[in-house]
Amino acid sequence: MTKSELIELIAARQSQLSSKDVELAVKTILEQMSQSLSTGERIEIRGFGSFSLHYREPRKGRNPKTGDAVELTGKYVPHFKPGKELRERVNLGLQEGL
Amino acid sequence: MTALTKSEMAERLFEELGLNKREAKEVVELFFEEIRASLQGNEQVKLSGFGNFDLRDKSQRPGRNPKTGEEIPISARRVVTFRPGQKLKARVEEYAGTES
Repeated sequence: MTKSELIELIAARQSQLSSKDVELAVKTILEQMSQSLSTGERIEIRGFGSFSLHYREPRKGRNPKTGDAVELTGKYVPHFKPGKELRERVNLGLQEGL
Repeated sequence: MTALTKSEMAERLFEELGLNKREAKEVVELFFEEIRASLQGNEQVKLSGFGNFDLRDKSQRPGRNPKTGEEIPISARRVVTFRPGQKLKARVEEYAGTES
């Protein structure tokens, strides 16, 4: 499922808003989530999961083309931990042979 | 620092887009529900600019009860993984970690 398919599904499931409104809403939600993580704030959605930042230590890497050693600085990467309901439903899908 | 939750997302839709409170709450709820439904149906979710929710099937493997040491198999399961997109990764990398 892509973002535009998600927008269409949401629009089809409620009566008040146009696809255009839903598109703006979905983009606003994703922007707020990105903003939140890029300022170090966690996201917690009960039944879905939580997003947080994990720190990656600085390390020595290599330029794959030249083989030269390069210093890579420490950085933060987004991390997602699925919540209970999501874990259970995905497993249910497996048991139902999907 | 507190965490971002559904109620703050609905609040932003109310303030920025002028959805009424009920609509805002409903859209946020549907947003997460439709992603869950897709993943339950074994369909990957790709949100460009943000990231992809992928599915991985794991076969049964041996495990142990950490308290008793007793051997118990960990059953076959399907798990969700999140792969952040380039844009999100770049934005998060800039975070120096000084504010928390």
